[in-house]
Amino acid sequence: MSELIASKIQNNPKYLQLVRSRNTLSWTLSALVCIMYFGFTLMIAFTPDILTQPIAADSVIPVGMLMGVGVIFASCVLTGIYVYVANHTFDPIVNEIVSEASK
Amino acid sequence: MKTLKTFAGAASLFASRFAFAADAPAEQPLNWHAIVMFLIFVAITLIITYWAATRTKTASDFYAAGRGITGLQNGMAIAGDFMSAASFLGIAALVYMNGFYGLIFSVGWLVGWPIILFLIAERLRNLGKYTYADVVSFRLQQGPVRTMAAIGSLIVVIWYLIGQAVGAGQLLHTLVPQISYRESIVVVGGLIIIYVTFGGMKATTWVQIIKAALLLGGATLMAIGVMAHEGFSFAKLFSDAVAIHPKHMDIMKSVVKIGAKANPLESISLGLTLMLGTAGLPHILMRFFTVTDSKAARKSVLYGTCFIGFFYILTFIIGFGAIVLVANNPEYVANISKSILDLKGGANMPAVYLSHAIGGDLFLGFIAAVAFATILAVVSGLTLAGASALSHDIYANVIMKGRASEKQEVWVSKMSVIGLGVLAVLLGFAFEKQNIAYIVGLTFSIAACTNFPILALSVFWRGLTTRGAVIGGYTGIFGSIGLLIVGPTIWTSILKMGPAIFPYDFPTFVVLPLVLIVAYIASVTDKSESAAKERAAFDAQMIRAETGLGAEAGAVAH
Repeated sequence: MSELIASKIQNNPKYLQLVRSRNTLSWTLSALVCIMYFGFTLMIAFTPDILTQPIAADSVIPVGMLMGVGVIFASCVLTGIYVYVANHTFDPIVNEIVSEASK
Repeated sequence: MKTLKTFAGAASLFASRFAFAADAPAEQPLNWHAIVMFLIFVAITLIITYWAATRTKTASDFYAAGRGITGLQNGMAIAGDFMSAASFLGIAALVYMNGFYGLIFSVGWLVGWPIILFLIAERLRNLGKYTYADVVSFRLQQGPVRTMAAIGSLIVVIWYLIGQAVGAGQLLHTLVPQISYRESIVVVGGLIIIYVTFGGMKATTWVQIIKAALLLGGATLMAIGVMAHEGFSFAKLFSDAVAIHPKHMDIMKSVVKIGAKANPLESISLGLTLMLGTAGLPHILMRFFTVTDSKAARKSVLYGTCFIGFFYILTFIIGFGAIVLVANNPEYVANISKSILDLKGGANMPAVYLSHAIGGDLFLGFIAAVAFATILAVVSGLTLAGASALSHDIYANVIMKGRASEKQEVWVSKMSVIGLGVLAVLLGFAFEKQNIAYIVGLTFSIAACTNFPILALSVFWRGLTTRGAVIGGYTGIFGSIGLLIVGPTIWTSILKMGPAIFPYDFPTFVVLPLVLIVAYIASVTDKSESAAKERAAFDAQMIRAETGLGAEAGAVAH
């Protein structure tokens, strides 16, 4: 990559915008995963009683089991959301930036 | 203290300990189904290795499968690289013994994947060539940074290999008592040397893809078998398990292992270790260099996460299924008047016997062969990652300072594969009777405290300098090892030196912040000219990381 292309990209407002919005999405989703997972972990430590309650009066299935499976499911959904946004929003901007810089 | 034992005990299951393997009766009939299916798997993988060998010519072919792997293929290979026999048999066994407690580990290992995707997968693909050290040393000094990163990788790889080798020996010996522990390990060592030296990353990838398909297929069939037996009702599955299990309703209350109390610090540290350790395993990070571009890298994590998440839910059903179908069954239980849970052949057998309860000898043979294939796939990936750290980082870039030819580098790689393969076999012999319960703690702690934070800092923080990366990295390596040695598993259980000086099994909650602080201070106080250049080079690195301009080209679709 030449200096010229680098400086063109560096000064392209679209590039700065891309970096900003991608970082926002990345760190927001990462924070969500951490809140979910460490929330679950801390509930195990502090409020096991809530997790061991059955989901319904006549059921043996505890709330914690649904939450654990929920964290697994939510992880898959969040990765899906990131991939969707990256494919549909970020990739076209990257292509624009690259083609503008190589003009 | 009780919690510590709990986590240590759980961790030991994942360190591939197949207890009491040696006690399996010698007069047991030969398990023909397992052997035939295993031989079929070996034959297919050797054909693939031959095919891959004819197409492996350049260094990029050898290390990165020519960067021609698609997102879906890499997602399968990631799952194949990551789902170990220990997690298949181990999580099912934890659920079998303790109820839904095993879920905590599954969740911890899974949540590492979204983090890999959001923060590092694409940037890794855009910046690196063959190893994650390429990325860390992108704008820093090659020699010291690569040496540190390679040491971190090799410690993780070698200890992980010991766990796998011991697990392989005990598993195969338990399933086919006619083959001894040592013979089993030699078979594994020999096969992976053939796969990796001849077929490189292409063969490794396809072994992992086939293994993932077999493991997911086998586990799905088992789960369907369980659910069919229970009339496809989860409510019935769980109430039957509660009725049969000697701990009854407690198995549905076991958010921590029955009788233990969770300690918040311990839980957070375990969580951090599982999550960030996954994101710092060198053999996992290496998979991102095999895909065509950052878009494929991204997709591969999505597929991988879904496969692995699905697999963990299956192991959960399998564990509960084993309570219903295996426990209290005189065919599988060692001494039914003493305990209806303790199985012949050791603690990790519930999933294996469940396959027999569902599909007889044929299905048992299939699952046994799958478990063994699983070990082969994981060991291949580990060996290739270790060899690339030795050849690409240490030999080509530190010793030869980039002047080695591609041919020389690949030759050194192949020799390293043979060396690591032989080393794994010898260590497998040496550790046969050792307590290896600390292995998960050791490998995941170093990955979580060294590889992941240094990688993340180099990509996200302009201020990181060579001095910061190196001092921070060694702090992670030696800090983790030091605290593990004075921790409960090694200090108290193995060395028998009395109460542990550091009372936690996973030192991540201390070492990780320490690494970040040390790397920060060592970087900001670095006023040298080279440090200023390294900071200035961040902009160019970031452009490449974000746009992929200048990234290693992927193969054209073939």
